[in-house]
Amino acid sequence: MEAALTDSLETTATISVRDLRVNYGEREILHGIGFDVNRGETLVILGGSGSGKSTLLRTLVGLEKPTSGQIWIKGQNIAAISPSAMDEIRKKIGMSFQGGALFGSMTVGENVALPLREHTRLEESTIEIMLRLKLEQVGLQGFEYYMPSQLSGGMKKRAAVARALAMDPEILFFDEPSAGLDPIIAAGIDQLILELKQAFRMTIIVVTHELASAYLIADRMVLIDKGNIVAIGTTEEMRASTQPRVRQFLDRVAEPEVARELDYLQMLTEDRRRRSG
Amino acid sequence: MEFLSQVGGSVTNGLVYVGSLASLGGRAAYYTFVAPFQGKPIRFQRAVSQALDVGVRALPILSLITFFIGLILALQAAYELRRFGAISYVATAVAISMSRELGPLITAIVVIGRSGSAFAAEIGTMKVTEEIDALETMAISPVHFLVTPKFIAMAVMLPCLTIWANTMGILGGSLFGVAQADFTFTRYISASLDSLFLRDIVTGLIKSVMFGITITAVGCLEGLSTGAGAEQVGRSTTRAVVMSIFMVVLVDLVFTALFFFMSEH
Repeated sequence: MEAALTDSLETTATISVRDLRVNYGEREILHGIGFDVNRGETLVILGGSGSGKSTLLRTLVGLEKPTSGQIWIKGQNIAAISPSAMDEIRKKIGMSFQGGALFGSMTVGENVALPLREHTRLEESTIEIMLRLKLEQVGLQGFEYYMPSQLSGGMKKRAAVARALAMDPEILFFDEPSAGLDPIIAAGIDQLILELKQAFRMTIIVVTHELASAYLIADRMVLIDKGNIVAIGTTEEMRASTQPRVRQFLDRVAEPEVARELDYLQMLTEDRRRRSG
Repeated sequence: MEFLSQVGGSVTNGLVYVGSLASLGGRAAYYTFVAPFQGKPIRFQRAVSQALDVGVRALPILSLITFFIGLILALQAAYELRRFGAISYVATAVAISMSRELGPLITAIVVIGRSGSAFAAEIGTMKVTEEIDALETMAISPVHFLVTPKFIAMAVMLPCLTIWANTMGILGGSLFGVAQADFTFTRYISASLDSLFLRDIVTGLIKSVMFGITITAVGCLEGLSTGAGAEQVGRSTTRAVVMSIFMVVLVDLVFTALFFFMSEH
């Protein structure tokens, strides 16, 4: 079974998730989910707040340890891998964080060049050229000497994408690319993701709750709710879906949060107990 | 029973805390002494800029404080000594208590306030803004990148600052000596130097290295264990200061006791 899985990985899927469970303390966030990401496709992971979509993303890039299950990235199961092998995989993936996560004490150029300076033995002049190139790709040419604090929200995200692209990754992850941006700037970021996809045929995984953006950039979508996959399919399949939970999310049907007050209280007290315990 | 289990619980927590400090220190030691020979060089530039921040920029405030402390010590000592007509021992009292105990301790406390808190705030903020996560996804170890240069800077700078603090303390004492105790400045200084054994200074410096390592470990650990949200950074910073002061006093006690029993033989 396992051999068959790795075989199929080499032919179609870049990432395969199998029966993935993740816990924070006692509470299980992801309840055994599985899906594949094909090479060169853009997969959008949709879900509401607290659905577990961010946890899924953090687990995929190795920031959270799964409780059980497998995550195959480029033929290796990162759920059971040595730290040094994980580092090798991390050099082939790029991640753009929600707030950019640029290092405030470095210029934009130093931020973008950091992975190159850390992991390659390139000449300083080559690094200089590469960082200009990366900044140009995200539309930030000429900004290498700016500090992150001098950039606007959208520019920070672009700079973060440039840094994620520095090592020419095969897989690119985005956490909420349009969060906190006005619609025009957010559309610009969507455009950037589309350009990257067309130009480099990268595998791109985007976590978002923005429907408009999801429809625009996705080849396929995964809808997550309460730690389970509700639906998975192409954009058209999702649009045509009649599943109540999918319709509710896609049609933005309000759900009274107060109705779940007891659940919410329980969640809070569990949190408290976990922290003090 | 309830009481006993609570005591046991806090002892366990304390040991766990010391354990995580030691583990962080151990990883930093690995990146300082082992990793450079495996092709992962020390971030020398970052260590130097940290050292400037921790050391050089602390000099004005440290000088002022230790000068006053020296003066206070002289006054306090003279208060008793003059009753026995032994006021000329003021120089000895100040020199010994500064270099053995107060020099290292006051330096550590100034550094906790300036740098221990800053470490926790800096790393805590980076935790909240996902910069620590970003380092990890770029396959860069935060301990190698951020923490190790701080350890190196502190372990080198604290002894330097302590020597400076001892000197300023003795100078502070000399102000009283010259003004009130019929010393000339040179005689006061030579009386101070005569009273000091190398052992007094060296034990103080050994302690100061340990203080530096302790303050860095606590500051960085508190920063790294910051939860989500900006207010958590404030909490980490406060905890870093309180825990550092406590840990420094604890380390002080352990080493002072160690030196005491070692000198018996």
